[in-house]
Amino acid sequence: MAYDPANPMVDRISDIGPRYYAEFHPPVIAANKGKWLWHEITQPGVLVHKSETGDECWTVRVGAARLISIELIREMCDIADKHCEGFFRFTTRNNVEFMVDSKAKVQPLLDDLKSRGNKFPVGGTGAGVTNIVHTQGWVHCHTPATDASGVVKAVMDELFDYFTSMTLPAQVRIALACCLNMCGAVHASDIAILGVHRKPPMIDHKRITGVCELPLAISACPLGAVKPAKAMVDGVEVKTVQVNAERCMFCGNCYTMCPAMPLADPDGDGIAILVGGKVSNSRSAPKFSKLVIPFLPNTPPRWPETVAAVKGILEAYAKDAHKYERVGEWAERIGWEKFFEKCDIPFTIKSIDDYRLAYDTWRTTTQFKYTSHIK
Amino acid sequence: MAKHETPLLDELEKGPWPSFVTDIKRQAEKKPECWDILGQLELSYVEKITHWKHGGIVGVFGYGGGIVGRYSDLPKRFPGVEHFHTVRLAQPASKYYSTKHLRDLCDLWEKYGSGMTNMHGSTGDMVMLGCRTEALEPFFYEMTHNLNQDLGGSGSNLRTPANCIGSSRCEWSCYDTEEACHQLTMHYQDEIHRPAFPYKFKFKFSGCPNDCVAAIARSDVAVIGTWRGNIRIDQAAVKEYVAGNIPSNGGAHAGRDWGKFDIQKEVINLCPTNCMWMEGGELKIDDSECTRCMHCLNVMPRALRPGAEQGATICVGAKAPILDGAQFATLIVPFMKVSADNEFEELIEFIEKIWDWWMEEGKNRERCGETMQRLGLPTFIKVMGLDPLPQHIKEPRSNPYVFWQEEEVPGGFDRDVEEFRARHAA
Repeated sequence: MAYDPANPMVDRISDIGPRYYAEFHPPVIAANKGKWLWHEITQPGVLVHKSETGDECWTVRVGAARLISIELIREMCDIADKHCEGFFRFTTRNNVEFMVDSKAKVQPLLDDLKSRGNKFPVGGTGAGVTNIVHTQGWVHCHTPATDASGVVKAVMDELFDYFTSMTLPAQVRIALACCLNMCGAVHASDIAILGVHRKPPMIDHKRITGVCELPLAISACPLGAVKPAKAMVDGVEVKTVQVNAERCMFCGNCYTMCPAMPLADPDGDGIAILVGGKVSNSRSAPKFSKLVIPFLPNTPPRWPETVAAVKGILEAYAKDAHKYERVGEWAERIGWEKFFEKCDIPFTIKSIDDYRLAYDTWRTTTQFKYTSHIK
Repeated sequence: MAKHETPLLDELEKGPWPSFVTDIKRQAEKKPECWDILGQLELSYVEKITHWKHGGIVGVFGYGGGIVGRYSDLPKRFPGVEHFHTVRLAQPASKYYSTKHLRDLCDLWEKYGSGMTNMHGSTGDMVMLGCRTEALEPFFYEMTHNLNQDLGGSGSNLRTPANCIGSSRCEWSCYDTEEACHQLTMHYQDEIHRPAFPYKFKFKFSGCPNDCVAAIARSDVAVIGTWRGNIRIDQAAVKEYVAGNIPSNGGAHAGRDWGKFDIQKEVINLCPTNCMWMEGGELKIDDSECTRCMHCLNVMPRALRPGAEQGATICVGAKAPILDGAQFATLIVPFMKVSADNEFEELIEFIEKIWDWWMEEGKNRERCGETMQRLGLPTFIKVMGLDPLPQHIKEPRSNPYVFWQEEEVPGGFDRDVEEFRARHAA
C-alpha cells in the first residue's frame, strides 16, 4: 500500500524509533563488542583495535564535509561494499570510518580512497586537527551571523596538513557556530569560530502584532532591553516593542521568539574567536572557551582574516605547548597575558567580562607576568 | 531550475579539503533544485546575509517534532528552495550503518527531497535538508513502512539521544553506551515526538571520562562511564612502554620527535592527584586518591585499563550560552550502575524525577540547568531525594547566606517583639 493523501491516518506507523544498532555492526565489531583490549594509531587516520579474542579491527578515518549529497553517500556505500562487507560509520565530528578485519585489507582501501580525488582525505586522529563540527550558516539557517560550510572549508584547506599528520602537542578540536544560539556547542572547543551580530534588532511594526506574542518577545531579552511600545502604522496606532540599544548584547534571542525583530546585517555581522575549551576530563576539568578576538569581518568566499587567526593561534600553541597539553591548559600554564603575547593577538576591553558572574573572571591576586601589555 | 553563475562559491572548489560546492554541483545534475541552493548561497556570499525566512511550522500528523520548516525569502528567484524543510531522522546508536539502509534512505530522499543531507546534525540525527511541504507525509509513510525508520526530535521535547562508540570498538567504555542510548530512545518515543517540556532536553551517553560525545558540555543528563576500585595494571606492558617498545598515547604523537618516552614526566607528573609512583620497576597507583581523569590510561592503553567495577557518573544541566551563559553539567550521582539487565531502571527513575520537577517549575524556554541555577543546587538535591555530598561542589560556599528553614531553628521564626522590648529598651 502507498500513502493515501485522502486518508493520511490510515495504516499509519509511528514511534518506531531508529533502527537497532546491532543490525549495522560490521562482523568484526559484532564478534568483539566489549572484548577490546587496546588500540593504536598506526599512521595518521588508521587505527587498529585489538580484541581479547585475537581479532583486529582496522579503521580508516576520512574527513568529510558535514553538508553532503546522497551521491557522495552512495559512493561511500560503494567503498564499504567493496572493502568493508557493506558497513561503515560516521563519527560525532562528521568523519567517516571504514573498518576492515585485517591489516592486509588496509592498503587496498587506502589506495581506493586516494584514487577518488580529494573526496576522502585520510586523517583526523591523534595529536592533530580533526574535522570541524559546525552548524548550517547561510546554507540553511534563518539566524546566522556568518556562513558555516564555507568558513570551515577555508579553514580546513589551510590546516589540511594538521589533519593528515600528528605533530601537535595534543588533539585540537575546532568548532564553528554561526550565531550565539550555538547549535554547534562551540563553548567547550580548543578553538571556536563563532558568528556574532553587532546591531540591535530592527522592529517591523507592520508585522509584529501578526507574528509575535509581544510578552514572549519582551521576556526573551535577558537584559530587559525590549519594552512594550506603541507605533503608528498607516495612521493606526499598534502595540509593538522598542529596544534600548544601550542594553542590547546582540544575542538574537528576541529574533528567535519574534520574526518581526531581524538583526542580521552585512556590516554588523562577523566572527569572534574563542579558545581554550575542552570537554575531556583528562588531567584538568572540562573548560569553557574564552573570547580572545571579539570581531573579524565576514569576508566570503574564503574568510582570510578568520583563517589567519585560527592558524596563528594553532601555530603559536604548536610551538610552545608541552606534550599532552591542550590549548586551554597551555594558556592557563603560561597565563592569559602570555597567551595574547605569544599569539600576537591585541588584547581589547572586549575580552573583559561584563555580563553576569563576570567577577569570577577578574584577577584578584598580585600574581601576574610582565608582558608587553604593561607599559 | 536554471544553473546560476557562482564565481564566489567556485573559489571553494579549490584546495585539498572536500568541497561541499563541488558536491552540491554533482547532486544538481540529478536534482536541479540544488542549483538554487547554490544560487541563493552565492547571493548570501555577495550580500553577506542569509536569505532564509524565520521558521514556519510544518510537520507530519501526530508528531510535534522532527521537521523544521524552512522557506526561502526569494522564492521567485530560487523556486527550487521555496520550501526547503529540514527532516531529522533518528540515527542508529553509534552511527554504524549498513550500506543497504543508507542506499534505501538515499533512494527515498532522491524521490522526495533535494538529495542534500548532513551526516549528521550536531545533536546526532541524520539531517535531510530540503523538502517541500507536500512531500513530507509520503516521505514519512514510505520511510516508516519500508525502511523501519523514524523521525528524530526538534522543539521543546526530548531530542534524539546520542552516544559515543562505546564498547563496540573502544576498550575504555565502562558501560554499554549504545544499548543504553537505544533503549532509552525507544522508551521515550512519545517524549521525542511530542513536545511537552518547557524547552529542549538532551541525554548523551559517553563510555568514559574522555567524553567523546561531549555529554558534559551539552546534555541535560550526561551519563559518563567511570569505575570504582583499582585501575587494572599490566606491569609487563608498563615495562614495554618504559623501554620504548610500545608507542605512547596509542601512537597519537608519532608525527613529531618528542624524545624517548619518560613515564615520570609524561604520566606520573601529569597525574592531577599525584597518586602514582614507580617502585622496584613497577608502576604503583594509590587508587583511593585517583579521580579517574583518564590521562594515564590514554597514554598507556596497553598497560592500564579501567577498574573492573564499572558504571557511570551522572551529571545534570549542561547547555550552550543562550541566555545566561554556558553551563557544564553538574555532578549529581557519583556512581550509578547502568545496565541493560534491569532495563536501565535506576537511570529512568532518575530522569523522570527530574522531569516531574522541571515540568512543574521550569519557565518557558528554560533549560533544566537554568532552572537548577535559578532555584539552587540545594533545592535540586532535595527534590531528587539525594543526600548532599562534597562531590556535588568544587568548594563550599564562601558567603554565609544560608536559607535556614524554620523547622531547623529551635523555637521557630515566630517571636514576640513586646516580650523582647520588655527586656531590651529601644
